[in-house]
Amino acid sequence: MNEQLAIRARGLTKQFGDLRAVNHLDLDVPRASIYGFLGPNGSGKSTTIRLLCGLLTPTEGGANVLGIEIPRDSKLLKPNIGYMTQKFSLFGDMTVLENLQFMSEIYSYPKGERASRIDELLWKYDLTQQRDQFADTMSGGQRQPLALASAVLHKPELLLLDEPTSAVDPQSRRDFWANLFRLAEAGTTILVSTHYMDEAERCHRLAILDHGTKVADGTPRDLQNNTGMTIIEVLANDPYRAQVVIDEIPVVASVTQLGVRLRVLVPDTVDDALDIVTKALDRKNVRAEVHTAEATLEDVFVAVTMKPEQLAA
Amino acid sequence: MKSLSRLMAIMRKEVRQMRRDRLTFAMIFGMPLMQILLFGYAINMDVRNLTTAVADESNTHLSREFVARLEQTQVTKIRYRVNTAAELEELMRAGEISVGVAIPKDFDRRVIDDNRTAVHILVDGSDPTIGGIVDALRNMPLAFDTTPVQQKHDLIEVRPYYNPERRTPINVIPGLMGVILTMTMMLFTAVSIVRERERGNLELLINTPVSSAELMIGKVMPYIAIGLVQLALIVWAGDLLFDVPVRGSIIDLYVAASLFIAANLALGLFISTAVKTQFQAMQMTFFLIMPSILLSGFVFPFEGMPVVAQYLGEALPITHFIRLTRGIMLREAGLVELSGALIYLGTFSIITITAATLRFSKRLD
Repeated sequence: MNEQLAIRARGLTKQFGDLRAVNHLDLDVPRASIYGFLGPNGSGKSTTIRLLCGLLTPTEGGANVLGIEIPRDSKLLKPNIGYMTQKFSLFGDMTVLENLQFMSEIYSYPKGERASRIDELLWKYDLTQQRDQFADTMSGGQRQPLALASAVLHKPELLLLDEPTSAVDPQSRRDFWANLFRLAEAGTTILVSTHYMDEAERCHRLAILDHGTKVADGTPRDLQNNTGMTIIEVLANDPYRAQVVIDEIPVVASVTQLGVRLRVLVPDTVDDALDIVTKALDRKNVRAEVHTAEATLEDVFVAVTMKPEQLAA
Repeated sequence: MKSLSRLMAIMRKEVRQMRRDRLTFAMIFGMPLMQILLFGYAINMDVRNLTTAVADESNTHLSREFVARLEQTQVTKIRYRVNTAAELEELMRAGEISVGVAIPKDFDRRVIDDNRTAVHILVDGSDPTIGGIVDALRNMPLAFDTTPVQQKHDLIEVRPYYNPERRTPINVIPGLMGVILTMTMMLFTAVSIVRERERGNLELLINTPVSSAELMIGKVMPYIAIGLVQLALIVWAGDLLFDVPVRGSIIDLYVAASLFIAANLALGLFISTAVKTQFQAMQMTFFLIMPSILLSGFVFPFEGMPVVAQYLGEALPITHFIRLTRGIMLREAGLVELSGALIYLGTFSIITITAATLRFSKRLD
């Protein structure tokens, strides 16, 4: 077991009836880093997280999490992980304080230090005002820090966060991520699933999942530099017409409209991509400004989740 | 040590949530009181004031005296007076009367004649309890001025022990304890796990170090205390309103009830691990409550039931509890004499809670 890795999964597979939710997943998550799972709904993010904490038994394969064999010894893992479910799962009919007290008791946090630990969390996560508020009456943005505070109360080495910000406003999301960075700096390994590109961009490393299969992984920068695509940005007065024209170019892998701009992906095996696009537009008298651009994570995502036949085209 | 801390955490949480659930909290006290009033006053095996019609075709001094006596028994309450026996049948078919008394034209002569019946009494047999009065009416002494009554010597003397006045509440309340506790206790735990599953709390809980056994026991313990409070309430109300005694040791009663409550809570938990929604949990609970009322000896004498029904009844915890309560409260029996029922309840609780714990997996698949 590599001391530098918090999670090492090999051939992790989960089959639900006819559906293969996770397909031979290999995963290396370094310690004290934020590792992101990026993928659309149904891509197997939640299932993978549940497999890694022992909530689900893999059909094939296994993982070593914090030096513990999963699924065999998942019981030993429980005290060392914090888990934030996709749906808010604390007790709605208990107050913020009561929920935190309950978690401190369940994790057998040292009795003498419970009160001070809870005070510290209330302060850190800005919950002091809501201390005696019932969790049911809190907004999504207020529940998020509470759920995170509960998950980290017992100072776990590994934090598993399943789409933690899907019901949260942008400001709360920024605060939430600031907290995650603080935790990672203090040595916590964080595995977070998301379908937001901007969140994925903040992760130290990233795995892109599609239909249960890992289609790419690496640092966001690596991924952006190795899309295997030439990215062409087209600024047109009539983006719709431009799209129709570009769509007919055989070498173009994908066209996405972003307002008045079009992002065109052409495999980098094609040498004169820029030229081809420009000429095609000229021929149809579509006036447009065409230039190459840096790949964004969105481009990466589009490129790696593309179906093979699209690539062949 | 850590296990105890977790167990206490679960118990505290259960108590806290229950206290906040006003309806449930009201049910803890309201349900026993309401049931005891309802059953205590409504269930009455003495048949009285049956609506009756009389067709007195004879209309003599003697027949009128007979009707007057019939009314004095208070078993019947004469509502209608009609002319023919055929009209009696019509009234009965319409459900207007439960008893019809037909006095034929030659009533006086029939009374004297030892070989003939003097009166026909029609009884609505579609109501099972009314059938029971047939004997009471048949044995009604008819002492007429003309025929001196010859007092027959009884060969058999029946002495109803433990309930000499044959008051219904004395028979009903000890059994009612079992019914009330079954209803409330089983329902409490039947919904408890599945509710947490529905609310999403369970996914959080099973990812903590809490073990299945800690979770199960932590959920059961607070409710045992609540069950005992309910029991105290029933005993108190039974004594106050219906003069139902606790002749044996009250401590014995609480010991017996603790085991019975544990058995029901365990059964509820087992249901909770087997169902998917709270609605299913409730349906399963009611599915078990019906036989608990009907097959336990609460309403019908256990000995009179078919053998299969008796086996089913024997499997239900309430059957054993009713034996215990009737024994302790009415017959002044001790736990040693009733140890069979006690052992059954203890064994049932342990097996069921173990089964629930094993069934409850800390996994989602």
